[in-house]
Amino acid sequence: MSILVSKKTRLLVQAITGNEGLFHTQAMISYGTHVVAGVTPGKGGEWVLDGKIPVFDSVKIAVDATGANTSIIFVPAHNAVDAIFEACDAGILLIVCITEGIPVQAMMRVRNYLDQKHTRLVGPNCPGLLTPGESKVGIIPGDIAIPGSIGVVSRSGTLTYEVLYALAQVGMGVSTCIGIGGDPINGTSFIDALALFEKDPHTEKVVLIGEIGGSDEERAAEFIASHISKPVVAFIAGQTAPPGKRMGHAGAIVEGGSGLATDKIRALQSVGVKVATHPEEIPSLFL
Amino acid sequence: MKLQEYQSKQIFAKYNIPIPKGRVAATAIEAKAIAQEHGSRVVIKAQVLVGGRGKAGGIRLAKNADEAEELATQILAMDIKGLPVRKVLVDAAANIEREIYLGITNDRAARKPVMMSSAAGGVDIEEVAHTSPEKIIKSYIDPLLGMRDYQARDIAAGIDLPREHWRTFGQIARGLWQAYSNCDATLAEINPLVITSDNHLLALDGKMVLDDNALFLHPDLAEMRDLDVEAPSEIEARKYGLSFIKLDGNIGCMVNGAGLAMTTMDIIKLFGGEPANFLDIGGGANSDKVAAALRIILADPNVKAVLFNVFGGITRCDEVARGILDALKEVKTNIPMVVRLVGTNAEEGRQILANANMITAITLADAARKAVAVSKGGLIE
Repeated sequence: MSILVSKKTRLLVQAITGNEGLFHTQAMISYGTHVVAGVTPGKGGEWVLDGKIPVFDSVKIAVDATGANTSIIFVPAHNAVDAIFEACDAGILLIVCITEGIPVQAMMRVRNYLDQKHTRLVGPNCPGLLTPGESKVGIIPGDIAIPGSIGVVSRSGTLTYEVLYALAQVGMGVSTCIGIGGDPINGTSFIDALALFEKDPHTEKVVLIGEIGGSDEERAAEFIASHISKPVVAFIAGQTAPPGKRMGHAGAIVEGGSGLATDKIRALQSVGVKVATHPEEIPSLFL
Repeated sequence: MKLQEYQSKQIFAKYNIPIPKGRVAATAIEAKAIAQEHGSRVVIKAQVLVGGRGKAGGIRLAKNADEAEELATQILAMDIKGLPVRKVLVDAAANIEREIYLGITNDRAARKPVMMSSAAGGVDIEEVAHTSPEKIIKSYIDPLLGMRDYQARDIAAGIDLPREHWRTFGQIARGLWQAYSNCDATLAEINPLVITSDNHLLALDGKMVLDDNALFLHPDLAEMRDLDVEAPSEIEARKYGLSFIKLDGNIGCMVNGAGLAMTTMDIIKLFGGEPANFLDIGGGANSDKVAAALRIILADPNVKAVLFNVFGGITRCDEVARGILDALKEVKTNIPMVVRLVGTNAEEGRQILANANMITAITLADAARKAVAVSKGGLIE
């Protein structure tokens, strides 16, 4: 079982005709995801992937024609914000935005707009969602995880793959893996994901992968203390990161003494979360 | 991207924020000429992108043009916290009655811009936030609506600003909001905003930090980048689209993905080593990019070992392996290298490197242990 994505997902791909869009649409279809439509303005009426997937000019037209309920966005940074607004206004309930490099003020406008609607955004700058053996809405390599009962939530991409791989090596499976993204302003926070995992009857344990910057991990720790009954194991990246430097992700920066890995680790440990010293240690902390 | 004080104040002036009469100078002769134009006492201010300029002697008051020349000569010869002073701002000196702080920044937790002000200006606002947070008045701005005029009035009242200044303060707050939003800043602050002895408001010092992700919208602002604050290797890396940060250790790291790159640094430290750099080659890097990355790592004379940690997804391990071989054809080196390839085309990648005399590892922990050992002159069988 899963959160957010399942067999009921009817997926629409925004910027389906680009290289990335085509490549990952093929990978998602191969994994069993029900991709029903693509959108590229100006290319409505075309078909892609050997005539399997219809392309539409707008999200609204695609939703009306195919009943799509989820969208994944590969639109480049300069148009990605418009793509999110378009999907929201067309009534899409779940938007996964893979795009990296969206300006932060634009994301604040998006987030404050979405908060007034019923649309959930995952990302941006994220690898998306994977429910092993069932559905994939994103770019996480499907073959590195096996189905199971551990929920995984992470701000990172390849670091998440590392953890999924380490879990699979010892036979530990995953209910859903959700990459919430490495930007300072995102659509879904650790708290949102933790609440979904707590409600999901098929998730028994949770792995939280955080990193330096902001205070999302500290707030997650408070939330775990008051709202989460399932065991949580965490890992925080960036203990050796120098202050004032952006470590690749737009959101991964220690500023004015805040956002430190040590503070996050302390906050999580103080509410009973076991924190791994390195990713391959995570499986053993569940034993 | 941080802007220099003089650049920030030029932007402020465009948005009707009153700033002192002043210009930037690259030589002491120019500084003298500017002081002569002012015909009054001037402040000579080092333009470097670090805090604590004043304490380091980088801000000096000159009584006349000759003294301005002399002080500018001294300041232009300084290094402040390792950064050379290449320019000075020569501002007409002001008589200060009172100092205020006014700034706008992104509040990540609230997911909104926040305007902050304090009656205790002229000092480090982060210090004030730690020691006496009650002295900071905050007002959150709806990013869809922009700043409302009443918010500026609330702040003026909150810091006990005399009513006669409310109108001008409102104008300055609006100007600062426009500068912040039109430039896609992550910080725009006036510190201090002063009330002069002749009862005017004046932005004496200013600072803006711009969102790197938004610079494509503002090519004019992107040109203001100061390359002095970056190591030459960081500038070189940016040309190739690599995310690279130089550190002081001796184990060079090449990794795909920012989170995994940080983790690789952390695990090196955990096993007793010191990383020489942060390096994310990004998703789907081709062999040219990998070769450039390796050249940059090996150009650092501190590097005693290199660790490659690639978890293939979009990035293909065979492509990375080819890039490593390409770079090693150009750069001859005896530095030991540990390579760990997992995921997409990992087996092909390992075969490509089979004859390259590299130490291999399967797990991340094993790779880190081996890299630390060889960095200390140890041998791996």
